[in-house]
Amino acid sequence: MFGRLGLAFSVASVIAAVLPPISTAHAEESLYVPLLTYRTGAYAGSGIGIADGMHDYLEMLNQRDGGIGGVKLALEECETGYNSQKGVECYEATKGKGALVYNPWSTGITLQLIPKAGVDKIPVLSMAYGLSAAADGKTFPWVFNPPMTYWDGASVAIKYIAEKSGGMAKLKGKTIGYIYLDAPYGKEPIPLLEELAKENGFKLAKYPVPGDKMQDQSSQWLNVQSDSPDWMIMWGWGAMNPTAVKEAAKIGYPMDRFIGVWFSGGDDDAKAGGAGAKGFLTLNFNGTGANYPALADIKKYVFAKGLSQVKGEDRIGENNYNHGVYNSMLIAEAIRNAQKIAGKKMIDAADMRAGLETLNIDAARIKEMGLEGFMAPMKVTCDDHSGENPVYVQQWDGAKWVKVSDWIEPMTDKIRPTLLADAKAYADKNAPWPARTEACGGR
Amino acid sequence: MDLLASIFLDPFVRMGTNPTFLVQVVWEGFVSGVLYALVALGFVLIYKASGVFNFAQGIMVVFAALTLVGLAEMGMPGWLALAAAVVAMLILAFGIEKLVLRPLVNQPDIILLMATIGLTRFLVGLGEMVFGGEPKVMITGALGIPTDVLRVPLFGKTLILKEIDITAAVVALAMVAFLAVFFARTKIGRALRAVADDHQAALSVGISLEKIWVIVWFAAGVVALVTGIMWGARSQVSFDLEIIALKALPVLILGGFTSVPGAIVGGLMIGIGEKVGEIYWGRLLGGGIESWLAYLIALGFLLFRPQGLFGEKIIERV
Repeated sequence: MFGRLGLAFSVASVIAAVLPPISTAHAEESLYVPLLTYRTGAYAGSGIGIADGMHDYLEMLNQRDGGIGGVKLALEECETGYNSQKGVECYEATKGKGALVYNPWSTGITLQLIPKAGVDKIPVLSMAYGLSAAADGKTFPWVFNPPMTYWDGASVAIKYIAEKSGGMAKLKGKTIGYIYLDAPYGKEPIPLLEELAKENGFKLAKYPVPGDKMQDQSSQWLNVQSDSPDWMIMWGWGAMNPTAVKEAAKIGYPMDRFIGVWFSGGDDDAKAGGAGAKGFLTLNFNGTGANYPALADIKKYVFAKGLSQVKGEDRIGENNYNHGVYNSMLIAEAIRNAQKIAGKKMIDAADMRAGLETLNIDAARIKEMGLEGFMAPMKVTCDDHSGENPVYVQQWDGAKWVKVSDWIEPMTDKIRPTLLADAKAYADKNAPWPARTEACGGR
Repeated sequence: MDLLASIFLDPFVRMGTNPTFLVQVVWEGFVSGVLYALVALGFVLIYKASGVFNFAQGIMVVFAALTLVGLAEMGMPGWLALAAAVVAMLILAFGIEKLVLRPLVNQPDIILLMATIGLTRFLVGLGEMVFGGEPKVMITGALGIPTDVLRVPLFGKTLILKEIDITAAVVALAMVAFLAVFFARTKIGRALRAVADDHQAALSVGISLEKIWVIVWFAAGVVALVTGIMWGARSQVSFDLEIIALKALPVLILGGFTSVPGAIVGGLMIGIGEKVGEIYWGRLLGGGIESWLAYLIALGFLLFRPQGLFGEKIIERV
């Protein structure tokens, strides 16, 4: 028995020694970009598409352009399993390799990394997730959450509902249900929603879904059935999304009054709901489908060469994949910016911070990147690390997502004071929180 | 006073004024309970045969369902994929018996528990390697499982029933009944109980440990497959289905680790109890109470029957 076990361990050791980690282009002269991803575990269904999109866009730049500014990108994935502890382990294991930026892809991991970012001087890029208050660049110089925060998203959902109801005044007396993953991610927009409910006279009915109840939401939807809210908003992730869509269809809830956040809009989330999912709405900030020159280049330079882990070509262009592409586009543009500001090709994490802080992607640049129609122009400033950029609403037509609204600006005037107050509360709670010493857009 | 009314009066008023909704809540609890019982059943079968808490039961559910859906995605007809998934569970049972259990005969229970933890990680890796980590849609159509929604008039209102839930309840109850009779009335069932009591004593009277273990792990594999089909149809087939193993714990505490009827009765009590508690009293505590309410119900019973409702009372004489 132990002979067999010993043999198995020996074989495993040899395999481990021979196989390289999942990394590419880790050459001497390269810019090191660790990618915290999750291709395994309970949330892999949401994580795989994002991981593929992130990797493939950056690899496409390596293959097509020889990297950025003539320097190749060294990409290394570290599997977090959407687990905060593993995410921190990935961070600690890779930060010494000259990491330029961390993309935690989990609000839980982001919250763990925020205090470390300023100490280790490595920026954290939590694209449209994480701590909303981190958008306050004065308090959080090393944290970035463009193109918008969860609070921006929640405010856009309310604006969309108001528009469909005949104006903000018509919200008075209505009930808006909020079903959410009972985790830091799902709880994040609640303070803003409660404030908006108070201001506008609508009732906010909350339906928390514990992590171990993602596949069995009958209680939550029985409560929805009993309360009959006029609209439903969802902050779901993983298996919570398709289950919620199925349950909503079951109780006959009108799907065109059910709006998910951008992370509830995976193609698989809607497909699992079958015909019942038709009409389901979600917010979004990136285009869907692969009909963009940059995505055609991914197919040509990455997929066709067998350098992508994506399961099939038809997966390129799915919503989660495109979230990953958007995230890597931000990384690439920040590197390009940083190289320009620093006047050198080999930048470090402090230069990268400056690059992120001066992101300004206009329509001309979007076209140049081959992403025309994929995104709205966006900007980050020293004070505002999210940019509070616009969001649009998309609808599932039974086979694909269709854009059904213009770009909607978030309620910046409402959000900003709450956000600044929250940032101050965070700093007070974590006192002594270091005062910002970094120059605006500099080191 | 308001608080007392919201605890002792309002919920019952709501039940009385809307009996259709009460029936709906109890039905949803019943369906959840039956499905919890299915998960618990997998644990009970293996515990009875080997005295080990099978940590791998959750991942067996995922692995079985993934095999079925994965093979169907590769172009295999639904029923053939189902048969192939059953064969895969048989092969898995043989493999576990030969490579994990046989070398560990008479080792302390904790060693067997650790072995099932190792088995869990192995099955996660194997499943991801072969079928990938993307979520998959259960092939309900190919298996002939109805998925429509029935709207039944009741007390002047409408009761909503999903055909998949009715199917799940019928299949699960039939399976539990079959297994209860099989293990209580057949020679194999008696052999199983003998093995559970004492491995060496069972060997000394000519019972083949290997055969019993293969049968039991195969039965647990088939139960996992059925569980995976039913839960997968309600949500999707992905690795997060592994979490449903957690549902079995309060059911096992309540029903006992060694009783097949205990699994079903415990499942129903937990399922209906947590749904009624969540809907009529949950809001008082901010909602989302059903996860821990199930344990509270189970622990309440433990105070009076430590061995569970149907568990065997262990009497040790000095």
